[in-house]
Amino acid sequence: MSAALEFRNLTLGYDRHPAVHHLHGPVKQGALMAVVGPNGAGKSTLFKGIVGMLKPLAGGIDLCGARARDIAYLPQIADIDRTFPIGVYDMVAMGLWREAGLFGGIGKREREKVRAAMSAVGLSGFEERPIGTLSGGQMQRALFARLLLQDARVIVLDEPFNAIDTKTAADLCDLVMRWHTEKRTVIAALHDLDLVKSMFPEALLLAREPVAWGATAEVLTAENLLKARRMCEAFDEHAHECAA
Amino acid sequence: MLYDTLISPFVEFAFMRRALVGAFALALGAGPVGVFLMLRRMSLVGDAMAHAILPGAAIGFLVSGLSLFAMTAGGLIAGFVIAVGAGIVARATELKEDASLAAFFLISLAVGVTIVSLKGTNVDLLHFLFGTVLALDDPTLLLIAGITTISLLALAVIYRPLVLECVDPGFLRSVSRAGAPAHIAFLALVVMNLVGGFHALGTLLAVGIMMLPAVIARFWARDITTMILIAVVSGAISGYAGLLVSFHTGAPSGPAIILVAGVLYAASVLFGRVGGLIHLLFPGRHLEA
Repeated sequence: MSAALEFRNLTLGYDRHPAVHHLHGPVKQGALMAVVGPNGAGKSTLFKGIVGMLKPLAGGIDLCGARARDIAYLPQIADIDRTFPIGVYDMVAMGLWREAGLFGGIGKREREKVRAAMSAVGLSGFEERPIGTLSGGQMQRALFARLLLQDARVIVLDEPFNAIDTKTAADLCDLVMRWHTEKRTVIAALHDLDLVKSMFPEALLLAREPVAWGATAEVLTAENLLKARRMCEAFDEHAHECAA
Repeated sequence: MLYDTLISPFVEFAFMRRALVGAFALALGAGPVGVFLMLRRMSLVGDAMAHAILPGAAIGFLVSGLSLFAMTAGGLIAGFVIAVGAGIVARATELKEDASLAAFFLISLAVGVTIVSLKGTNVDLLHFLFGTVLALDDPTLLLIAGITTISLLALAVIYRPLVLECVDPGFLRSVSRAGAPAHIAFLALVVMNLVGGFHALGTLLAVGIMMLPAVIARFWARDITTMILIAVVSGAISGYAGLLVSFHTGAPSGPAIILVAGVLYAASVLFGRVGGLIHLLFPGRHLEA
């Protein structure tokens, strides 16, 4: 099976300090991959690199013909201005940007799509509600509806199930599984290791350096997790230049 | 009686009709721009830009007297230079955009007042600062109408990226590169509308017809479309009522227009359906669900 994207000795970071160090390898098309690691392990940094928001310090990412903009990305903390006077429907409909762009009409077919996406995340009836009235979980549902509309081959989710209740998390997990059966490539950063073990066939354990990458059961061993914790705590303000 | 008070001034006097047309055109163009300034938390940027325009208009005035073309061109150039300059300093250095804009507009204001004071009379200075809505000639009216037309067309073009950049800038960046060009085009619209407003209301009060209607609208609407409509309508009402007040009392017309808008604002703070004081203090009994 061909790759959806490929890391080429990738180093990402801030102010010359690496946050992701020498990551190398392909993510297969249709993969369902969890990125696991302690806080500060470089998960969010990796995702920003994938969607082109952060330039690599060294190495690169081969998107295998796709453009960074074709990747659907759910950031950990979306900086959404919730006081902005806009309804949930319009917010979700932004997911059609790739089709509609600046001027493209939103016709009957598109409106139907938006309604279908909202109903898929359980937000039917919320169309006219201002986004400021949504709870945290409802907002996450709305963002997932927008992801659905983006209809992307590669979907990157940064801690999508944080701070939401079990019912919402379960509903959103179902959507992720649906994407998986549709052969889309899904990469998600998660902290809930039980969830990773039960849902994700593949995992990448990151602690700035890649600790382990492969089948989930082989990656999430106690030994690897301990190693990751130790590696992550070693930050040196006056580090020397990396020779590798 | 009512006819005498409310309508006959405009029927009898051509200068009142012209002033009314000018005020309506300004409200139509500046209202929507003001709403976006407010939603982007740039309410005071309009004020800074208005000050920045002054030296440009003053240099135009020096070169060719009270010439519409020279003062407009000067104002536009000064506005663009300062908007772009402040943007560049903000991106190239550690300074935030509001701080760099403050530095730019203060320098610009000092330059402008110096030029006008050295070369002109105090009457000229008053003209610059407070405008002459009762003396709008045909070319000036056409200029204001043209600016309004361009504003509305341009806003239609950049509407989606502009809204999206306010709501979820990260998402816009991840799907499109339209954000930065839309922002620059929007700043250009701010400058243009201030230059248009400057001829009628002066550099200081031109911001009033832009921001006050927007702030009023915030108290009455929950969605942006209604908000823009309310801003335009309240701007137009301020123009009409302000001209009448000025006509009957002899108060200067520009300030009268902005004062009417100020009264509408005070009423909105009190009675506004969306977050107005009375609504907050006496919300009524809570609902069942």
